[in-house]
Amino acid sequence: MNVEELQQIAADAEEKRGKFDYEVNVCMGTSCLAQHSERIREALAKEAEGCGKRCHVRRTGCMGPCAAGPMVLVEPAGTLYAHVGEHDAKDILESLGREPVARLDPRLGSYFEGQHFIVLENVGHIDPENVDEYVGRGGYEALVKALTEMNPASVIEQISKSGLRGRGGGGYPTGLKWDTVAKVKGAQKYVICNGDEGDPGAFMDRSVLESDPQRVIEGMAIAAYAIGATKGYIYVRAEYPLAVQRLTVALREARRRGFLGNAICETTFSFDIDIRLGAGAFVCGEETALIASIEGKRGTPRPRPPYPAVSGLWGEPTLINNVETFANVPPIIRKGGEWFSSMGTARSKGTKVFALTGKIQRTGLVEVPMGMTLRQIIFGIGGGVPDGHKFKAVQTGGPSGGCLPEEHLDLSISYDALISAGSMMGSGGMIVMDDTSCMVSVARFFMEFCMQESCGKCVPCRAGTVQMYELLTKICKGEATHRDLDQLTELCEVVGATSLCGLGQTAPNPVLSTLRYFRHEYLAHIEEKRCPAGVCACSAAEKPVAEEARV
Amino acid sequence: MPLYAERPPLPSEDKRWKIVNGTMRKHGYSRNALIETLHTVQSSFGYLDEPSIRFVARSLRVPLSQAYGVVTFYHFFSLKPPGKHTCTVCLGTACYIKGSEKLVAEAEKLLRIRAGETTGDGEVSLATVRCVGDCGRAPVALFDGELSAQMNEAKLEQRLEEWRPQ
Repeated sequence: MNVEELQQIAADAEEKRGKFDYEVNVCMGTSCLAQHSERIREALAKEAEGCGKRCHVRRTGCMGPCAAGPMVLVEPAGTLYAHVGEHDAKDILESLGREPVARLDPRLGSYFEGQHFIVLENVGHIDPENVDEYVGRGGYEALVKALTEMNPASVIEQISKSGLRGRGGGGYPTGLKWDTVAKVKGAQKYVICNGDEGDPGAFMDRSVLESDPQRVIEGMAIAAYAIGATKGYIYVRAEYPLAVQRLTVALREARRRGFLGNAICETTFSFDIDIRLGAGAFVCGEETALIASIEGKRGTPRPRPPYPAVSGLWGEPTLINNVETFANVPPIIRKGGEWFSSMGTARSKGTKVFALTGKIQRTGLVEVPMGMTLRQIIFGIGGGVPDGHKFKAVQTGGPSGGCLPEEHLDLSISYDALISAGSMMGSGGMIVMDDTSCMVSVARFFMEFCMQESCGKCVPCRAGTVQMYELLTKICKGEATHRDLDQLTELCEVVGATSLCGLGQTAPNPVLSTLRYFRHEYLAHIEEKRCPAGVCACSAAEKPVAEEARV
Repeated sequence: MPLYAERPPLPSEDKRWKIVNGTMRKHGYSRNALIETLHTVQSSFGYLDEPSIRFVARSLRVPLSQAYGVVTFYHFFSLKPPGKHTCTVCLGTACYIKGSEKLVAEAEKLLRIRAGETTGDGEVSLATVRCVGDCGRAPVALFDGELSAQMNEAKLEQRLEEWRPQ
């Protein structure tokens, strides 16, 4: 593989595209596939054969607005159809080159306004199992450029210049991490892609792996070249069977085209990737636990330092980045670090993919530039809270994050702003809650999660989460006193300060943020034995009495 | 006596053991293939029992305690045989906000078992999972692995009814 060959593949892909006047792209993400989009694709392909138009029906990845699925995107017009059924195939093909089918209009309003696609630039446009289509859209240009025109140090320099920070939630500068691993001496170095998307309510990594797996592979290969690694692992949750299947095909295709394997691009650089399946442990998202899991052991974290950069997988220097971080690498190398750093805020560059869910009009996957406000995302893109309910809070950062109230809606999205408001960026889950959600019970839900997912290695997390969960249960039941609340606050501090890994250190966050912004709800449970949202059982026990009194 | 005991023979004629053995061979019978191998056992047999854990542990020369430790650490592995059908309700955050707890309660009531159990006749297992990633259409449940979104109690009852033995 060299530049000419790459251009040839791209030209062939372009030529193949040129044979068709229209492209009908059918979403084959988990969500649309569960609504039988495969059958819709078959129906469309059958209709396309006999319609006399030069039309190509293609499988693609997730297009974003999952709740409107199954989705179909018609190019070159760019018409998006929602809730498509098999019986709509005929109308869609007849409408090619004419007016779009009005009844299938997704009515997405301002869903795409303000969105900016970098990580998701290919979704909806390429077949995730076809490497040539990825190349046709500029794929692997960055890898070939890095290998033939740049040395490892200048690759790292571009990444540093871009200001890219870890998209898994921590926000550690990626360039700095790469530089550290590159400088450590080791016989064998490793690159690991963290696809253990354990945050409940988040599906960004799943979508990227299902829709554009080659992008992640390319990002990993560039990283391997920059730090001097020859072996990589992608750690994916076993709960994502489709992502695993697409990745397996993608790896095979990349090897076939010579983007993985020995002597890539006729250089001395060799690199290959293996898939490792997670087995349902949230703590494995923590890097040292993830390494233990790849080694075939229980996924328990260990104290750092030494960091994986120095002593990681099998004691060797290891680079671990999130799926979305690697997905950002190819465009940065292609267009330069300065292009990337021109987007976003002073200390958070580029874009971020969010999974917008919960009590919101338009749910789905969105990619927005850093610095956009929560209000723009929730009310602009998401269309606000449905059914006449009132917005109450937005939860970011999963079990490690927090709930932000209405007065913080004008907060600009960045790593630092979210932390100072008591939440965090996290991997990108954004769950909107309305006035029917009780914040104490939400805090209890996250605490139950942390309690069950605690690996049990260190005492503060193992015992502390149980105690906090029990105190929260007591509050929910309306049996708690002010002393319990004080004890809960104290426990939050202790567990946060003394736990071994991120899971325990951040487990109190949902409690602390709800205590900070929704203290009145805690007090209502304690003083009035009443749940303001009517969720907790304490209010159910009270209600009949109150009703009787009225009679 | 050799330092390392020889690899044990396959536990039975069952062809599925050959698949399990294939996974181990692919990884060169390396100890770090433990989780991968257990995944293969579970996907082939539906669950992990003591003989299968013993077989894998001996084949990969991993202490039995370590193999058992791994099996019990990860939620994905099950030590009990599943029912003929499995209903899995998602308890991720988005599903929770949209009332998936009520779905679990409803399923528990209808099947007269608790989450994590199987009905006495071995027909239906009820499980919960932490997020399957279809949060955009919460709440979701899986029926024999097939995703069903925007669930409510009536839909759930209907699906469970379909599994009732005639």
